[in-house]
Amino acid sequence: MTHTLADTATTIQSTLQGWNLSEGWAMFLTAVIHVALVAGFFGLPAGIFIWAERKISGRIQDRLGPTRVGGKFGWLQAIADGGKLIQKEDLVPEAADGPLFRVAPYVVVISSLSAFMFLPFSDGWIAVSLDIGLYLMLAVMSLEVIGVILAGYSSGSKWALFGGMREAAQMVSYEIPMSICVVIPIITAGSLNLNEIGGLQSGHLGNWIVFHDPFSFLAFFIYFVCATASCKRAPFDLAEAESELVAGFLTEYSGFRWSFFFLAEYASMFAVCGIAVLLFLGGWHTGIPGLDGILDGPRYSSDSFVWTWLANALGFGVFFGKASLLVCVQIWIRWTLPRLRIDQVMMTCLKYLLPISCVLFLGAVIWPLALSYTGKTTIWGTPTGERAAPTMRLESTSSAGQAPTASTSNGETGP
Amino acid sequence: MSDQTLFWIFGILAGGGAIGVVILQDIVRMAFSLIISLGSTAGLFFLLDADFVAATQLLVYVGGTLVLLIFGVMLTASGPFRRIQMSTGETFIGAAVGLLFFSVIAFTVIDVEWEQLDGSHRPVAAAATDETGGTTRAIGLRLIGIPADTEIGVHRNSGEKTGYLLPFEIVSVHLLVVLVGAAYLARAKRHETSEATGGDA
Repeated sequence: MTHTLADTATTIQSTLQGWNLSEGWAMFLTAVIHVALVAGFFGLPAGIFIWAERKISGRIQDRLGPTRVGGKFGWLQAIADGGKLIQKEDLVPEAADGPLFRVAPYVVVISSLSAFMFLPFSDGWIAVSLDIGLYLMLAVMSLEVIGVILAGYSSGSKWALFGGMREAAQMVSYEIPMSICVVIPIITAGSLNLNEIGGLQSGHLGNWIVFHDPFSFLAFFIYFVCATASCKRAPFDLAEAESELVAGFLTEYSGFRWSFFFLAEYASMFAVCGIAVLLFLGGWHTGIPGLDGILDGPRYSSDSFVWTWLANALGFGVFFGKASLLVCVQIWIRWTLPRLRIDQVMMTCLKYLLPISCVLFLGAVIWPLALSYTGKTTIWGTPTGERAAPTMRLESTSSAGQAPTASTSNGETGP
Repeated sequence: MSDQTLFWIFGILAGGGAIGVVILQDIVRMAFSLIISLGSTAGLFFLLDADFVAATQLLVYVGGTLVLLIFGVMLTASGPFRRIQMSTGETFIGAAVGLLFFSVIAFTVIDVEWEQLDGSHRPVAAAATDETGGTTRAIGLRLIGIPADTEIGVHRNSGEKTGYLLPFEIVSVHLLVVLVGAAYLARAKRHETSEATGGDA
């Protein structure tokens, strides 16, 4: 059993109660600390990628990008942007539906922030570790589109309404192939717990689910396309479409409410790439044979808190690096590919991605049966933990009240 | 104590959202009020340790309200922010149905002998969480008819072997038929005209 953040919460709470605080206040302060941590993890990638987008887009267009704010490379550009946006006037158009117009950015930001509660950054570094973490994360992230539609409708402008309706059509369609592609690693791992799925891919590259079978290899790319579309990134940014709709659902927004949409967009990019890394690309494992084994020693042992923490901090770096790489690919795609037309976007999803993902899903289901003739559970991976004995889970649950036995299951957060 | 506080917050939001759906007249505001109500209900499910039901509530009902929103926007596209006006008869029928439904729920609540439910009667889902780490596995096993959860007290009658997969599949096929029918009805007009123009050519 590893040291999860839920244990840390109990520690903090008991420490605070030691300072003569009542139980309610101790719990409240613990919650505040947790929310601050999650909000930090939510804001940090967004700030970094706003700068990265400017810098990479500049290089792609043979410019330098930001060079002045905060040194030679413009490190502090995101903070300067934020400062500028706070100072702008908070406008609500006369034709707009005031309350809905004001509340829409919060819906978007809250759903994006809530998704970070279920994202493990390293083994056990997760705010809420649930057995249905992935399912809940997708459910929460799908609520983001409600804010976009509300923004589009309540602006009282035709451009905004067009943008909102396009986004609705796009999201409702792209959610289907995305969900089917997400199911494929779940079949392979036999768990919905993101922490558990990440922990299963230890060892070497062959244990990453993307290399588990040809179907999950293809599913990774389909997922990545759908994830790009779900963040309304080019070539799927029909909701904004500057050249056609002024700025789509953002047309009437200014100042800090406008920046909320962008904060949520960049954070969502990181979240969907984080899901991709956890489901397909080995989570916080380096994929280098030998190194993962050495790191897993202190990571899963409770002998020394410091070494466990250091191994997890390294895992956080690996996870963040992989997810950032995927975000950079999204940025690269945005600045090199032209925007699709709305009918082409719908056709890509419903005529191509949806059938392909259904075929991949069927293939992933049949794959273990085909492999069973060879007598192996994977092609070239060396399965660890529960994947070595897929029937063990069923036995352990069907025998009375026995806790799951595999070493990698650390999903329980305690009562 | 904090559970009580959270219960009251979510309860008030759920009730307030529901009242908002009745009172408000702008269709998109009503839909947003419905989102608040359904989302708070999901929060109440979380408080009862029914995490799977809560997540499904978010995905299916709150996400499903989205479609309602789209229809709202489509219906109001003729004029900006069209309001829903109801006749007196409609108000009367609506109030009668609401009162009937409220009395059904009220009688059910009154019938439960709350004094007998002390702290020893924990929600069944909480027991499942302690033993197996979540309600998902228990629900999944019930679905395929494995009474694996008899020992942890989720279901007392373990005699049946069928599970809930077949009823679930029948309901989903039924929904698919409804969807195909709706798509056919929506397309029927355009289909005829395209045939007519094809005949002319």
